[in-house]
Amino acid sequence: MSATRTEPRESAMEPPEPTGKTRAARHVTVVRELGVVAVLVLLVAVTFATNSRFLSEQSVRDLLLGAAILVVLAAGQTLVIITRNVDLSVGSLVGLIAFGTGKLLVEYPGAPLVVAISVGMLAGAAFGALNGALVALAKVPALVITLGTLYIYRSIDHLWASGQQINAADMPPGFLDFGRSAGVLGIPWLAWIALVVVIIASFALHSFRSGRELYAIGSDPDAARLSGIPIGRRVFAVFAINGALAGLAGVLYAARYGTLDATVGTGLELEVVAAVVIGGVAIFGGSGTVYGAAVGAILLTTIDSALPVLHVDPFWQLAFVGLLILAAIGLDRLLSVRLTKRMKGRSAHAV
Amino acid sequence: MPSDAGSIAAARRSVLRSVAGSWDFVLLVILAAVLFGAIGWIDNFAETITVTFLLLDVIPIALMATALTLVIVTGEIDLSVASILGLTSAVLGQLWLSGFPLEIAIALCVLLGAVLGAVNGLFVAGLGLPSLAVTIGTLALYRGLAYVVLGDRAVADFPFEWTTRAISTIGDTGIPVAVLPVIGLALLFGVTLHATPIGRALYAIGNNADTARFSGISVSWTKFWTFVASGVMSSLAGIFWTFRYASARADNGLGLELAVVAAVLLGGVSIFGGRGNLIGVLAAVVLLATLQRTLQLASATDEVLNLVIGSLLILSVVVPNVVQMLRQRIRPTVLEGPTP
Repeated sequence: MSATRTEPRESAMEPPEPTGKTRAARHVTVVRELGVVAVLVLLVAVTFATNSRFLSEQSVRDLLLGAAILVVLAAGQTLVIITRNVDLSVGSLVGLIAFGTGKLLVEYPGAPLVVAISVGMLAGAAFGALNGALVALAKVPALVITLGTLYIYRSIDHLWASGQQINAADMPPGFLDFGRSAGVLGIPWLAWIALVVVIIASFALHSFRSGRELYAIGSDPDAARLSGIPIGRRVFAVFAINGALAGLAGVLYAARYGTLDATVGTGLELEVVAAVVIGGVAIFGGSGTVYGAAVGAILLTTIDSALPVLHVDPFWQLAFVGLLILAAIGLDRLLSVRLTKRMKGRSAHAV
Repeated sequence: MPSDAGSIAAARRSVLRSVAGSWDFVLLVILAAVLFGAIGWIDNFAETITVTFLLLDVIPIALMATALTLVIVTGEIDLSVASILGLTSAVLGQLWLSGFPLEIAIALCVLLGAVLGAVNGLFVAGLGLPSLAVTIGTLALYRGLAYVVLGDRAVADFPFEWTTRAISTIGDTGIPVAVLPVIGLALLFGVTLHATPIGRALYAIGNNADTARFSGISVSWTKFWTFVASGVMSSLAGIFWTFRYASARADNGLGLELAVVAAVLLGGVSIFGGRGNLIGVLAAVVLLATLQRTLQLASATDEVLNLVIGSLLILSVVVPNVVQMLRQRIRPTVLEGPTP
């Protein structure tokens, strides 16, 4: 029976096989991301069943506000990790830019929102570009470089702040209002911004030539170089973009919390990497999507707010996150083993 | 002519090797310069009390960095070290509260460290998962369990003799007694890494895991045991930390993993594995602690220290590459092997 099915493939050209492979690979990605969505939906459903106020307007808004910043950071980090790099300096950058934004607005309370966001993103892009330049030009692993800049950016933040704190009372009320209030459809402005970032980043990654090249760089840098992809330039650009997004996240943080000191964003880098990994982006590059990472970020935030409602000791929260990361990478492994087996099976069948 | 070209290439290789090999030397020179500078210009630096505190600061980082060196030499990483420190500390506090004698509690804590390291090793070496992702997961998990065990409480009523034992010094020298076992462990690890087949196997794995496997090295088991070693050393750091500060808390050593990784990398160990030695790492650990003490006595803030750590870390990896790039530009030849 199978002989009749394989017969057309015996011809010299035999194109269906690669499409089969692509489909299988895409299938795995979809399964992987739906898995995270399913966990998220389950968590929300169970929590809602326990306490219907979990989905009240107020708590949903709080959830979205909390998730927005992490989603923006996860989108940027996804681009970096897909190229087989990592940026550990984002937590320090968020802190530095948030404090800078506070300084700017205390100094010039009349500055329009667009100016604050632009300045924050430009400054972030500059710091990100420094990361990118060091990584791309000096051919040094990003983990080492960004661990170094994590310390440097944080200490700049500390030296600048020199112990002082910016209070919400000193910030222009309009800016704080932007950070907390709901916009169109009752959804907070911060969440809209995060959504726009995810859509743009996802579209660029999926449809632009340079976006596809990021996957090529991450899955096999040597092959990417041989096929003429300007790896240095792409990696540099990715770090600059990630810096700009970290800058944006810093501005959003300033708007959301208003109270700023030099410790803002400490340790955030690991949370972002965790969100990305949970969202199905392979830590060694070459696969994953921005949507997946965004869902991972939302899931992490939801765990934070769901556990108290479920009467789980809040001290369990971090342990759950750890288990979730381990489960996520374990699942990745399982799926990729199955995919490899399947592809091998197919080619054996075709021969 | 070919012999000529060969000798030039060989000479260049030896220069390269000596530059790479001399990083320890550079570190020791910087360390000496900092020490002499501090003794010369900083009041109160050349006092026994400074030596005591400096070495007390060194101990936990040295314990964790020593074992982490082995892990990184094989091309893996362990980011969960500080969380193991925290969890051990929390468990030690809880066991003491529950009435366990401290000797038994400590033994259980070391065992716990071995188990936590074995879990990392199982995921990385057994299941073949990327260690960066796994140990970010266990970083969260172990720290989370520390909070589960102790919450936000602190256990501080350890017997006086134990807490003083942790900070007692050898006679009037100002050198803490606790340094002695640390030196013993460092020697043990150093000899293992540099003078035994196990150590050669670690380098072989870091250079090329496939080649190592074909030469009969059990890559998985070797990696597994480096993670166990990392767990045990981190738990020892946790036990020391608890008695030194006379306080068991779930957030002990929070965020310390990056400082430990920074020390190992600054010590000249390649993040790709296969290169580096323990002397460089220990020199880097002492250098960082000395800088911290010096800056504190010079009433500079800790942030200056972070600026210095970050810059040193980047310079230590960028400068050799830039030098090599320039050299290649001047006389373009194909260099052998992968660049560090």
